[in-house]
Amino acid sequence: MAVVKLDSGYNIGVNPVTCNFCGHPAESLSKKTEIPQKNDLPDLSIVSTGGTIASRIDYRTGSVTSQFDAGDILVAIPELAKVANYRTIPLATILSENMTPLIWQELARAVYKEIKNGVSGIIITHGTDTMAYSAAAISFMIDTPVPVVFVGSQRSADRPSSDNAMNAVCAASAATSDLGEVAVVMHATTNDDTCEIHRGTRVRKMHSSRRDAFRSMGIDPLGSVAYPSREVTLKSHAVRRGNRKLTLHDKLEEHCGLVQFYPGMSPDLLKAYEGYKGLVIAGSGLGHVSTTLIPSLQKLIKRGTLVVMTSQCMQGRVCDRVYDTGRDLLKAGVIEGGDMLPEAALVKMMWVLGNERDPEKTAELMQADLKGECNRRSTHGL
Amino acid sequence: MDYKTAGLTAGIEIHQQLNTREKLFCHCQTLLRDSSEHSGEFFRYLRVTESEMGEIDRAAQEEMKRERKFHYYTYDTTCLVEHDEEPPAPLNDEALSVCLTIAKMFGMTPVQQVHTMRKLVIDGSNTSGFQRTALVALNGALPQGGEIETICLEEEAAQRVKDDIFSLDRLGIPLIEITTSPCMHSPEEVQEVAEYIGMVLRSTGKVKRGIGTIRQDVNISIRGGARVEIKGVQELELIAEVVRREMQRQQKLLEIRDELLQKKGSVHNNAKNVTELFKETNSTILKKAKRIYAVNLEGFAGLVGREIQPDRRLGSEMSDYAKKCGVGGIFHTDELPAYGVTAEEVARLRAHMNAGVHDCVVIVAAVNDTQAACAVNQVIIRALLALSEKPVPEETRKMLETGSSAYMRPLPGAARMYPETDVLPVNVDDNRWNAITVPELLSVKAQRYAQEYSIDRNYATQLVLSEKLPLFERAVAEGIKPKLAVFTILSTCTELRREGIPVGKISDEDFLATWHAVESGRAAKEAIPDLFRGIASGSTFDEALRKLAPTVSFQDLEFIIHKIIEARSDFVLQKGQAALGPLMGVVMSEVRGSVDGKVVSEILKKEIAATLAAKRP
Repeated sequence: MAVVKLDSGYNIGVNPVTCNFCGHPAESLSKKTEIPQKNDLPDLSIVSTGGTIASRIDYRTGSVTSQFDAGDILVAIPELAKVANYRTIPLATILSENMTPLIWQELARAVYKEIKNGVSGIIITHGTDTMAYSAAAISFMIDTPVPVVFVGSQRSADRPSSDNAMNAVCAASAATSDLGEVAVVMHATTNDDTCEIHRGTRVRKMHSSRRDAFRSMGIDPLGSVAYPSREVTLKSHAVRRGNRKLTLHDKLEEHCGLVQFYPGMSPDLLKAYEGYKGLVIAGSGLGHVSTTLIPSLQKLIKRGTLVVMTSQCMQGRVCDRVYDTGRDLLKAGVIEGGDMLPEAALVKMMWVLGNERDPEKTAELMQADLKGECNRRSTHGL
Repeated sequence: MDYKTAGLTAGIEIHQQLNTREKLFCHCQTLLRDSSEHSGEFFRYLRVTESEMGEIDRAAQEEMKRERKFHYYTYDTTCLVEHDEEPPAPLNDEALSVCLTIAKMFGMTPVQQVHTMRKLVIDGSNTSGFQRTALVALNGALPQGGEIETICLEEEAAQRVKDDIFSLDRLGIPLIEITTSPCMHSPEEVQEVAEYIGMVLRSTGKVKRGIGTIRQDVNISIRGGARVEIKGVQELELIAEVVRREMQRQQKLLEIRDELLQKKGSVHNNAKNVTELFKETNSTILKKAKRIYAVNLEGFAGLVGREIQPDRRLGSEMSDYAKKCGVGGIFHTDELPAYGVTAEEVARLRAHMNAGVHDCVVIVAAVNDTQAACAVNQVIIRALLALSEKPVPEETRKMLETGSSAYMRPLPGAARMYPETDVLPVNVDDNRWNAITVPELLSVKAQRYAQEYSIDRNYATQLVLSEKLPLFERAVAEGIKPKLAVFTILSTCTELRREGIPVGKISDEDFLATWHAVESGRAAKEAIPDLFRGIASGSTFDEALRKLAPTVSFQDLEFIIHKIIEARSDFVLQKGQAALGPLMGVVMSEVRGSVDGKVVSEILKKEIAATLAAKRP
């Protein structure tokens, strides 16, 4: 069908056979608005990767796609100018399901470069689907003295009710705050009143569409940003600005997998991971798979695959010493992943295996707390 | 008024809620709730966004003159779609079918593929900041002459509870929008067309009934004036009056412009901060104000206060414009001294503003400089329009109670339309279109009932317009006598309602059970009011039936009647068969309506005849 826009603004679909070609429309002039700079405000860098915060209609498919770069975001959200001066780095324009470890590495390098250049903080605009993976990846790859804040929106930027503006303003405020780690800043509730600051390695998207989908898992949020006052409150466990020295370790081992166990799962599925350097399992409950899978896991481990157990419960830690199956898993060489989120464990595994080859050390590193991903104590309930 | 000379042109848009099972873009019921039943609430800010062509709609811009925070009530019958927390479900196919049926009734052409659009509405009535709407059919005809331009399927907006608080129960109910061409030239014609379209809509049996379920917007212009859309006319009877008053308003605005030109009126931005002048004022409004700004409108004396519609002046229009900045309104020297402002204060103000006798000074009271400047600027904009070539601005206005209207926002343009990317287009192919059967028009149905069932014409017309029409049709299909059903629905219920009986509590099932009881002789026709009184006060049908006098057997009845006649034999002898009427009443009250009147009358006739025969020599 050909889509016709009527004078009233309505679109209708008509059979293309009934249409005659008249000519191309006049090219519309793209408006470039100068972004004002104020000397008394801190400098931030916005690195844009795409996602809903910067999406608008794609006439190719009729659906929403990512097209804005950081400059467009500033034009669309003038309130940001009250918070800081911005440098904008268009890194990618992808929906976050198309994110790859390769782009994480580019992102880490871009962020490193900006921090090295002396900005007070970084904002990374990102699609929400895999934002938690990217936040974890950057957490491991960079030691940052300044806030590195991921932000996105759950409702597309082309609607008046979009959460993009408030999230972006709160993210900018968090990026100028006393925070000194990688975080995600998104709506705290369905109201437009507060954003929460979540640790990059402990955050998860817990709802497919709500504004307040992002939740800190197993720990309290690092803090909050009130809206519209933009007041930032940090809790005591948030790493403070300047606490870490800037370093970049951007190597990743991509041959790692994440597999969710389910009742009746065939051992054949594990064969696909033969030759992989590492495999994270989201096991049931305390960290289990069925007994029938254990020989296959043992085989993987013997051939050099690092296997780490996490729990699909999302809350709580694994313990493979309680039941027989768990003990058999330990005997087979499976490493307990503590209270790590399965996704964070996967990203961590990529980083650990990218930077360390010694099997004993990699196992040790997987169980150590590097960036707040692995708590020694379970202080938090549901 | 001579409408032809004035060049009156009018069109209407009718918005009618559809009575579908689910809402247009989610699976919630189309159920209206009492706002006191809300189960939660949340709040949001809305921001103006560009159209996909990169433009900003002028109506949306106007709403955004001040930042607004909107509160929403949620219910256990609303879901995340109404909360703007979940993408919409596919377009409700039942609603599309109703829409296509109506399109066919007006002889329209359906669009081949229906595309849902987002119409930018940022007054808070839609959580998303837009109303989803789709053009479904084009080019229909009215039997009176004139055209139906388009039919659109839209989602209903949330209902304003008060100020910036909205209730989400109504949001998303399917709404059909029927737009006529500007084909009408008298107020009465507009009303007739509105009535006709309303009748066609109800003929589908798929539209909601009751106050607020149908709303008319009227588009009016006169020669030299401009197209003005007046929204939210809920009562049909007011349509003609709305048209008359808008004509009057446009004519007065034209007259005012001509006078202004004669008087060499002019408008400059000579706004001044006059807060100091009112430091000691007794006016409560001005005393509270942090900032008071004034502007002198040269040559406007007497005209700002000139009535343009009952209870509306040019000043009211300026006030409406200023209110967009959040101020409460304006004062002007045509109406001062008043409201606690003294003659001395007015004199000082005039002197301060260098106002001559032919000038009018307008003042605004605001909370800060930004708001004061915004409001005074709006007054200047409206004053400039008053003496411009087109002194009637193209506007969307809202109807006031009496039929006058107030400014809402500029007429929106095409820039407020944006494709709804979350909803897939729907094809309407020939098979679907051809399969649609057109229902009988209610006007035709009334005629048919009058003939087929020998019902009085007025009764038949009332019946087809009644909400109980489906009940009537069901009853007839179940073998109930049409006259019994009509009488109960129109007459009995009306009488009971007058008594204050809550007839609405009687379900269709109760109606049918009652009629079946009458038809089978278990209750008398005369007992219906008693039965209904019982049901309305909370009894089940069976309880109400039992509460009537115990059923009287035929033998008992004969005995009762015999006794009654025996006691009144003189009366019977004196009156002969004419005694039947009065005795009927006596018998019926004895058996408390539990017996069919026909049976009573037959026995009575027999007994009277027997008495007369026995006494005859």
